[in-house]
Amino acid sequence: MGRTLAEKVWDDHLVTKGTDGTPDLLYIDLHLVHEVTSPQAFDGLRLAGRPVRRPDLTIATEDHNTPTLAIDKPIADLTSRTQIETLRRNAVDFGIRLHSLGDIEQGIVHVVGPQLGLTVPGSTVVCGDSHTSTHGAFGAMAFGIGTSEVEHVLATQTLPLMPFKTMAITVDGDLRPGVTAKDIILAVIAKIGTGGGQGYVLEFRGSAIRSLTMDGRMTICNMSIEAGARAGMIAPDQITYDYLEGRPHAPQGAEWEAALEYWNTLVTDDDAVFDAEVHLDADELEPFVTWGTNPGQGVSLSEAVPDPASYPDQNDRAAAERALEYMALAAGTPMKDIPVDAVFMGSCTNSRIEDLRAFASIIKGQKKAEGVRVMVVPGSARVRIEAEAEGIDQIVKDFGAEWRFAGCSMCLGMNPDQLAPGERCASTSNRNFEGRQGKGGRTHLVSPLVAAATAIRGTLSSPWDLRTETVGGVAESGRKA
Amino acid sequence: MNKVSVIRGVAAPLERSNVDTDQIIPAVFLKRVTKTGFEDALFYAWRQDPEFVLNRAEFQNARVLIAGPDFGTGSSREHAVWALRDYGFDAVLSPRFGDIFRGNSGKQGLLSGEISEPDAAKLWAIIADRPGIEATVDLVERTVSVGDYSTTFKIDDYTRWRLLEGLDDISLTLRDEERITEFESHRASWRPRTLPVR
Repeated sequence: MGRTLAEKVWDDHLVTKGTDGTPDLLYIDLHLVHEVTSPQAFDGLRLAGRPVRRPDLTIATEDHNTPTLAIDKPIADLTSRTQIETLRRNAVDFGIRLHSLGDIEQGIVHVVGPQLGLTVPGSTVVCGDSHTSTHGAFGAMAFGIGTSEVEHVLATQTLPLMPFKTMAITVDGDLRPGVTAKDIILAVIAKIGTGGGQGYVLEFRGSAIRSLTMDGRMTICNMSIEAGARAGMIAPDQITYDYLEGRPHAPQGAEWEAALEYWNTLVTDDDAVFDAEVHLDADELEPFVTWGTNPGQGVSLSEAVPDPASYPDQNDRAAAERALEYMALAAGTPMKDIPVDAVFMGSCTNSRIEDLRAFASIIKGQKKAEGVRVMVVPGSARVRIEAEAEGIDQIVKDFGAEWRFAGCSMCLGMNPDQLAPGERCASTSNRNFEGRQGKGGRTHLVSPLVAAATAIRGTLSSPWDLRTETVGGVAESGRKA
Repeated sequence: MNKVSVIRGVAAPLERSNVDTDQIIPAVFLKRVTKTGFEDALFYAWRQDPEFVLNRAEFQNARVLIAGPDFGTGSSREHAVWALRDYGFDAVLSPRFGDIFRGNSGKQGLLSGEISEPDAAKLWAIIADRPGIEATVDLVERTVSVGDYSTTFKIDDYTRWRLLEGLDDISLTLRDEERITEFESHRASWRPRTLPVR
């Protein structure tokens, strides 16, 4: 019988095959490290007197804690500074490549890996961060791990794992202008729920997925974890290869040819069977937005806040009631009537160059709504430089928004970029959990285009709500040019 | 890692679904570089509410947490497990767990057992009648008993064995080190390396 993409990558990394309920031992091609989930792992190595087995398959950046203002000054928060300094010491002690704040390759770990050409098709990628699923956009098997597993990979370059089940998510059709990769994944999560992908690797397929650029594909795979899935994958194709060719660590010359030959085998066989299948029609999708406190609680922007009483399942109903209370929303309120205090444009979901271009295409020549705080945080120092070369920083500043340095920033508010209690934010990030962006903060997850339109109007808005001449010029974030 | 077999202690009900790891421990507490001392951070936002279940006198010293479905979803932070463990929990029972959380718990001696939704509701009802009642979670038999009611929970054989034996994964894997070296000897040369820096 044929195999799925996920099964092929898995099989090619088997060090030992488990028997009688013991896990398989999988080889790890790339281990990404950041300051938050690694200190205790390095400590564990020290205690046991173990070295890092493959420093040449390991790379670290500083992202979660780092400030996005005044990055030339010492980090004001003492515990944040200690954590960063701990990573720097560990990198020196264990011989790990580290891109520190101020370095041209510094940035969000999931932006940096692909940008350097380190994330390639058919590889296994792990990181102590659930959004490692991002790298699956290249046809890699990529997933988040806990700190004990970080230590395990540092020590052995392997992980004991039980095989995942496979789920095909097929999205066929054409996205309308103004509808993006972010809207696809938010709609998928709303459809299957935050637990719907549990135990599965998702493979995104279909014409709408194939038409996405790598930045759009990364947005999709990034949020696979929000459906409970360990990983999301997209089979590599010419778009993948065009993105990779010439990147600093991508294979070159004869090696490139050898890699291509292998990568071309990384498709799900026609006779392969998925454990589950889901279909979505891209033609019908509209800009999407969340109303609640988990990423599955979302609707089309043209709809209203749902009534908890409409949920047949008791747990769903209770969760919806609790969410509406936390979000201070009344059932039946049109989503577009909801005013926001802040707009956050950034995070490992939507902070790549195309995301910034899409955002800029909407706000260009406009002024932000009065009283709305708008923050734009590029995913990496390189993305920031690239955007500045295109004049995006000036568009952002002229709009009245803040142009920041790279990092995770307000996606999770570990640094000073946080919402105040009660503040409401349209955010291009990935989690609308209670307090995620700051204690008491209220998050609506949206695409860069919706974030931009919302920043202009001050209420949750899609590009469709703007003047027609602007809509005609909408850049289609995450779509092939 | 300490061996785990039978856990007896006060059972606390957490009658919520989708308790993500941001709720178990907010990101501001992830800045520490130690593996212990996270007990005060557990459910930090909810514990500000005096009515929150863990603030009630009957549930002080709780060792068994009985939660709604989709417990431990979201962020990979192992701090969520450390916080539960530091607070005093030895077992969490839920109809469904986030994958990464469940993996993390098995590596830190926290028993994560899957119970059915009706059983979760049944256990909550028993506890509501007799707050402070103890639960017995038996990893050998894979059973949980509260008062006169007893039922089973699911945990995979491998995690159960490791918990019962108190085994450390890295030592287990390094017994296969020759196999790892052998695998490395035929890895394709085109596979990227992070060093030297290009």
